[in-house]
Amino acid sequence: MPAIDFTLNGKRRSVDVPAQMPLLWVLRDTLGLTGTKFGCGLQLCGACTVHINGVATRSCGTPISSIAGKDVTTIEGLSPDVSHPVQRAWVEVDVPQCGYCQSGQIMSAAALLARKANPTDADIDQAMRGNLCRCGTYSAIREAIHRAARYAANTSRVQSGGAK
Amino acid sequence: MSVIQKVDRRTFLKTGAAAASGLALGFYLPENNALNAQDAVGKLNAYVHVGTDDTITLYIHKAEMGQGTVTSLSMLLAEELECEWSKIRTEFPGVDPMAFGPMQGVFGSMSIRTSWEPLRKAGATAAEMLVQAAAQKWNVPKSQCRAENNGVVNLNTKERLSYGSLAEAASKLPVPQYGVALKDPTQFKLVGKSQKRMDTPAKISGKTTFGIDVKVPGMLYATLLRSPVFGGKVRSFDATKAKAVPGVKNVVQISNGVAVLAENTWSAMEGRKALVVEWDEGALAATSSATIRKTFADLAEKPGAVARKEGDVGAALTNAPRKIEAVYEVPYLSHAPMEPLNAVAHVRQDGADVWSGMQIQSVARETAAKIAGLPPEKVQIHTVYLGGGFGRRGGADFIGEAVEISKVAGVPVKLQWTRDDDLQHDTYRPASYTRFTSALDEKGLPTVWNARVVCPSFAGLRNGVDRTGVEGIAEIRYAIPNILVEYHPPAVGIPVSYWRSVGYSHNTFFTESFLDELAVAAKQDPVEFRRQLLAKAPRMLGVLELASEKAGWGKPLPAGRYRGIAVVDNLGSFNAQVAEISIDKGKVRVHRVVCAVDCGYVVNPNIVVQQIESGIVYGLSAALRGEITIDRGRVQQTNFNNYEPLRMDEMPVIETYIVPSTNPPGGIGEASTPAIAPAVTNAVFSATGKRIRRLPIKPEDLI
Repeated sequence: MPAIDFTLNGKRRSVDVPAQMPLLWVLRDTLGLTGTKFGCGLQLCGACTVHINGVATRSCGTPISSIAGKDVTTIEGLSPDVSHPVQRAWVEVDVPQCGYCQSGQIMSAAALLARKANPTDADIDQAMRGNLCRCGTYSAIREAIHRAARYAANTSRVQSGGAK
Repeated sequence: MSVIQKVDRRTFLKTGAAAASGLALGFYLPENNALNAQDAVGKLNAYVHVGTDDTITLYIHKAEMGQGTVTSLSMLLAEELECEWSKIRTEFPGVDPMAFGPMQGVFGSMSIRTSWEPLRKAGATAAEMLVQAAAQKWNVPKSQCRAENNGVVNLNTKERLSYGSLAEAASKLPVPQYGVALKDPTQFKLVGKSQKRMDTPAKISGKTTFGIDVKVPGMLYATLLRSPVFGGKVRSFDATKAKAVPGVKNVVQISNGVAVLAENTWSAMEGRKALVVEWDEGALAATSSATIRKTFADLAEKPGAVARKEGDVGAALTNAPRKIEAVYEVPYLSHAPMEPLNAVAHVRQDGADVWSGMQIQSVARETAAKIAGLPPEKVQIHTVYLGGGFGRRGGADFIGEAVEISKVAGVPVKLQWTRDDDLQHDTYRPASYTRFTSALDEKGLPTVWNARVVCPSFAGLRNGVDRTGVEGIAEIRYAIPNILVEYHPPAVGIPVSYWRSVGYSHNTFFTESFLDELAVAAKQDPVEFRRQLLAKAPRMLGVLELASEKAGWGKPLPAGRYRGIAVVDNLGSFNAQVAEISIDKGKVRVHRVVCAVDCGYVVNPNIVVQQIESGIVYGLSAALRGEITIDRGRVQQTNFNNYEPLRMDEMPVIETYIVPSTNPPGGIGEASTPAIAPAVTNAVFSATGKRIRRLPIKPEDLI
């Protein structure tokens, strides 16, 4: 089996695993990045969500062969210091309980905000309904996404101000 | 009274003496629901250590599964120890009955209830000894010194000594034999105010170690193919194809099935798909949900063991002008924590290690030792974070399997359950069936509370009654003069166990629905009806009043919206919930839930609100869709497409109102799960005139 090359959290990686092996297990067992979680194996719960070329994707249903040459971001690569607006908002709202689903929740929320700077509640329902949480943190997640949108807006205002 | 003793740190930390200096105090947390500290004389099961390096560590027999225990316990300790609470380290030690008592674990919503006083006393005692040490050093009276902010201050000179610099001297002093005074709650600086959880930063960066994340040198990844029928056994198996799957290293049989060991989890899963196993399906192969229901219904026709008897139900029914009867039922439920079960085990000739997210470490160790064939003290238990528990991780079946695979295969293994394993091999919330009879007097008040409960037993029978089967029906707070609650434990072979809020998870639905039926029969408003019956139950009445007021009970709603109410007391706490619903195309939508809770003194309001919301979502998932069905002895549900918890777009707005209270804290982790189902189904009655007498709510029950 030929090695598969891709970019993981900004670094070039090469893995030599069966082509059909899901990205989830390559990340967790082969590469030791365990922040991405296994919940169902059938793309029903979102615990395994990562970004592939910026799009929120369920890694449990993504064969490693399909990501050759692509750009993968996991929770470990979202920010170097927990400074991503979504992570900051998650701290401020104190979202997690058991915390197991939260990597996936955060990756879905970050992808949503990347394509929609100021999402409505309906946008949040749509983007987040694929991420299950048995601890029932949904209200806190909704609040945190709205808050993250405000942080991101403030940040970009500062940046554009600086550019003038 | 419990005692506080100085201890040699090596008595509770057996790993070297590197940090053995400093002040170490042992104390005792009650271990059972009785919360009775009278038998605690001389017993220690928790420890606080003040290190010479200024670290403060709490060694405690708990675990963190989302309930916020670490945060709240640190707050209690810090309040009296006068230290920075967020820097207290909490360690979950290995199992040692001598050091930590016979029952290490988290269950029964007990952590705050049992720690509330002992932790503060331990903190106050340590602070007192550190103050004494400072007073001796400065050669001033104790009254001239004050503990604050991780150190002791000389009030005259403003000099300051850190706890670390005093810890060694304090450890030489005797533990004060007089009662060290605790703060009055009005003086609390930290406790009682919302604090953010300590475990959040790790949980939002993928750094928290859950059981699934544990990796030890030389470890293989395992999956286990179990009998599809409960109680079935392997007759024969062919591993040829499984062994041909890339990455598969070994296939071994254990008592519970056939295990595939591989280089990674995926190969172990693929290998399992290729296994060919012939099963001896055993006695349960003819069991189905319909046969189980018939067993329950037949039993409900016969008198059962008496769980509670007051007055004379027979006479009251004979003389009653009006009788009301109803039958209620609920299905089996799975726990379905987000992290599928797993355990890492390494069994050797001379000992074993187990790593897992578990609720009851003592049970885990006992199970592991038995299967490994080792003395318990040779088994080291390593507690990691739990990706949800809800009662499921109180068992040790999954730990026993991992231990057996490691023993047979002779390597360290991580056994990983899949979601279908999780749903099909759970120890379920039992199905339950209750037949009610009541009667109303001329004023419309109930004179009889007669229930015959049929519910599988798992917690043991006492005088023929398993309290988990009848809790929430037998101990009602409503003033009804004649009460007879009977109980049958049917033996139908489906494994059952604790599920968040246990018996209340079904019995509060039964009780609060039937009570609503009585209110309707009496032509009374459901809140007014309950108010009359709760006149002598002030804390129940308090939450009822608060919830109905905040929900605007009796005030008009937008077209198509309806309200229902339910109230419950469990685990030393009280809560009432008002659900606001609409019904569209055979589906119930819950828009808003108002919950009023009286859980005594609140240590961390933030965590109380989290737990209330969490419990409501858990109960609502079950009420709307939760159902495990059995066909030919097999569970039919396989994954989240056919056992689907509530999702983001179905989430109601939940408003939590806390009743201010100076009562000792009650439990909160399981408090809010029971009342949501009846609040919703009582609203359905208000919308449709149809009484929902079984869960989950089905479209055909709405028309």
